[in-house]
Formats: sequence, C-alpha cells, structure tokens
Amino acid sequence: MIRPVANVELTRHLFQFFPDLANRELVVEASTVADVVREMDRLAPGLAFYLCDERGRLRTHVNIFIGEGRVADRERLSDPVDASSRIFILQALSGG
Amino acid sequence: MSDRILVGTRKGTFLVEKAGRRWNARLAGHPGVGVNFVVRDPWSGTLWAALGHGHWGAKLSRSTDEGATWEDAAQVRYPEGARYLAPPEPTEDGSESQLGPQLKDATLLKLWTLAFGPKHMYVGTIPGGLFVSEDGGESFALNRPLWDHESRGGDLFAGEGSGLTHWYGTPASDGEFAPGIHSILVDPNDAAHLYVAISTAGVLESKDGGATWHGRNRGMLMDYLPNPAADWGHDPHAIELCPGQPDHLWQQNHCGVFVSFDGAENWKKVSRPEQGVHFGFPVAVDAREGRTAWLVPGKADSQRTAIDGGLFVARTQDGGDSWEDLREGLPQENAFDVVYRHALGNDGDRLAFGSTTGNLYVSEDRGESWQTVANNLPPVYSVRFG
Repeated sequence: MIRPVANVELTRHLFQFFPDLANRELVVEASTVADVVREMDRLAPGLAFYLCDERGRLRTHVNIFIGEGRVADRERLSDPVDASSRIFILQALSGG
Repeated sequence: MSDRILVGTRKGTFLVEKAGRRWNARLAGHPGVGVNFVVRDPWSGTLWAALGHGHWGAKLSRSTDEGATWEDAAQVRYPEGARYLAPPEPTEDGSESQLGPQLKDATLLKLWTLAFGPKHMYVGTIPGGLFVSEDGGESFALNRPLWDHESRGGDLFAGEGSGLTHWYGTPASDGEFAPGIHSILVDPNDAAHLYVAISTAGVLESKDGGATWHGRNRGMLMDYLPNPAADWGHDPHAIELCPGQPDHLWQQNHCGVFVSFDGAENWKKVSRPEQGVHFGFPVAVDAREGRTAWLVPGKADSQRTAIDGGLFVARTQDGGDSWEDLREGLPQENAFDVVYRHALGNDGDRLAFGSTTGNLYVSEDRGESWQTVANNLPPVYSVRFG
C-alpha cells in the first residue's frame, strides 16, 4: 500500500543523541502519527523509545504537533497524517 | 586499588583520576543528563551508566573505551503484561489515600543500580524490576519469580493476584510513587546467591540464581510502623556485603544502622544516635574484614543534612559495637551536604563520596583524612571506584 508522505522536524535536542538525523530532510511514509514514530525508528534505531514508553504511549514530557495542532491521542498515536502534514517532535518545556 | 573513580551526577558522568598526589575530575560523558549510577563490569571491563533523561526516559549507556565515547546499549523494557499493584499515593497530610493499591501497567520509570556476576548482568529499576542479561548486556529479561513474588501480590501476568502488596513506593521514582530496587549483591563465592534491597519493602535473598526469593528482614525495626518488626515495609537505603566474608551485610535506613553476620538471616541494630550514627543513606564495607564499615551520617530523616553543620564519616571496626567520627579534611562549618545511597565507594584503603551539594572527597587512609576533589559538581548520585 502506498502511503501518504509526512515531513518530520525534530527538536535539536534529539540530534545530540541521533546526530545522523541532523541537517537532512526527514520524509517518511505514514498515515498516522504511530507510523511516523515507527518509520523514524527505522531511520534512527532506538528513537521510538526516546519518544514513547514500552506501551507505545507518548512520554509525559514529549509533544508531537501535526502542523499547528498538538497530537490528540497520546496513548495510541492514532491521529491521521497526510501528504501535506508537517510533523514536529518536541520536548515539553519542563525539567531543570 | 583503582586510580579511577566513576561519578554519576545530575548533569553527567565524571571521571576522577589520580595524577601524582592529586585527584582530578573531568566531565566524561552524558552532558546535561541525569546519571543515576556508573560502574565498571569487572568481568568485561565495559563501563555502564544508568541514565535518566528528563524528557526521553531511562536509558542504558556503555563505553568500551574507558569512557572516551559512550553509546546507547540495549534497553531495558518491561514485557507486555507486566503489571504491578501500585501503592496508594501519599496525601498532603501524610495519610494514605483510601483507594488501596491500584493495578498498573509497568513502564520503566528509572534505572537505579547495576551489578555483575561472572556470567550475568543485573539491573535494578523502578517500578521494582530486576532485569537480567545472560549475554553481556545485549538483551535483558525481567526476573519473573521476584516480580511475581507473593509479597507483592503474586502473578499479575496471569490474573488479579491477591490484590495485596507489601511493596510501597519511594520518592526516588521522580514522579509516580512506586517501589524501587536500588541494591543487588552477588555473592563472590557463589554466583547463584543473590540479595536485592527494595525501597520500600525490605531485603530478599535467592540461593538459586533468582528462581526463588525469600524475605530477609528478621531483626529489622521500623519505628514508624504499628508493628516495627513486621516482615515487610522496611526501607533499606542500601545494602552492601563484605567480599571476603559475604555473610557479613550492612544497611542503614530511617531507623538506624543494621548489620548481619549470618547472611541476612538476622539483622542487629547497631546505631549510636548520641554520636550521630543513626540516619543516612550509603554504607561501605571493607573488602576483607566484614566488621569494618563506613557511613556518612545525616541529621534525621526530617532534615537530611550534615549534622550540626559538620560533615563526618563514621567508621566501625568491631561490627558496630563502637564508632569513630572521622572529620580531618572535611568541612566543619556551614556544611549541609547529604550523601545519596550510591554516592560512597571504597576500594582497599581508599574511600570516596560525593554530596548533593556537588562536593567530592577522597581518603587514601581508610577515612582517617580526606582530600577535597571538587566543590562545584552537579548533585552527586553515585561514586564507584573502577
């Protein structure tokens, strides 16, 4: 099945741990945010466990935006994405 | 004796190395990241770090080049179906919620300690997991006999269990109130003989490589419980054994200092509150003489600072019958240091400890005198020679 394509932008913070992802266009085939996370993990093995816990839930202090909208389903990441989607993966402003 | 000390802090891994008479500290990895524990696997030589990223979760990191470079290792994950009875959250007035234990899916909250046998690597976690690797850290499996132990409600993979847990939580979980395994000991004479200590539950022992576990809390006293001698509910802050006399074990907790001379079958309280030897977190035991141990006492669990502004190390050489306070080289005015459970290490005649105030001290004469290594480190979480 040919899937829509999403453009992904990551917080620079993650390049500290996944330097190979810096300075490149990140385009993945995905129809949901869960697909985005899975495909990003193929590009950078281990990344999914930085974003989500063992049960696939978005970590408390991680946010994903689709365009300007924050992901609604943090449990299963079922929010749809399409070819026009720009996905932003960010850390929440917390900690110290 | 090792000329290197591995130091885990709230903001990175530091290596402290001896050059001439001085010990020099330098940041050696994980800048900005919380490092709960750093230790060398004595069998492989690999350095391991238990990280707690503020945003990205708990991660295992390792270095095979003496700390020059670090990489993410295989990660510890709770298996599908791993559930636990979470203790009631404490309420603001200190009483327990009326809800009782809640069944929760387990996800990794914290990597707290690491230990090594000749063929096994062990990881202690929050919530209350003992993970074991039989392939040098390439993969980890949850030890089910301990996870399913009757003291925490039985097998919750299969069903609802008993609905009762005697494992309570620790604030060290950085969020959810959940129990944690902070101490794992491997008997140097018998790799199948293990001890773990849990905050808050107590000490358990296995003599069959983790196939069965038994509570080992006889003689422990909890002044804060209706029954101070209850089987469970203890909060050992750390346990250590004497490698040369592995049936000699020590621990310190909220209610005193305890020693066992019979492999944790019986614990004996050996506090000296009038000397300040009562409350604290870490304990170090001499490698050959099991009646010799060191503590860094703190002032009462309600304050958790150095006692009366003066930092000291307490040493016994007679199994806790008497204690000396060793102060030479340590600050004796305006010291508010507290030393966490993994932040006192020893190797031969050398000891080192670090505090939440970012101070790091080394002794080369069994604690008689101390040298200041650093004063402005991040809060120190762990100190191990290696």
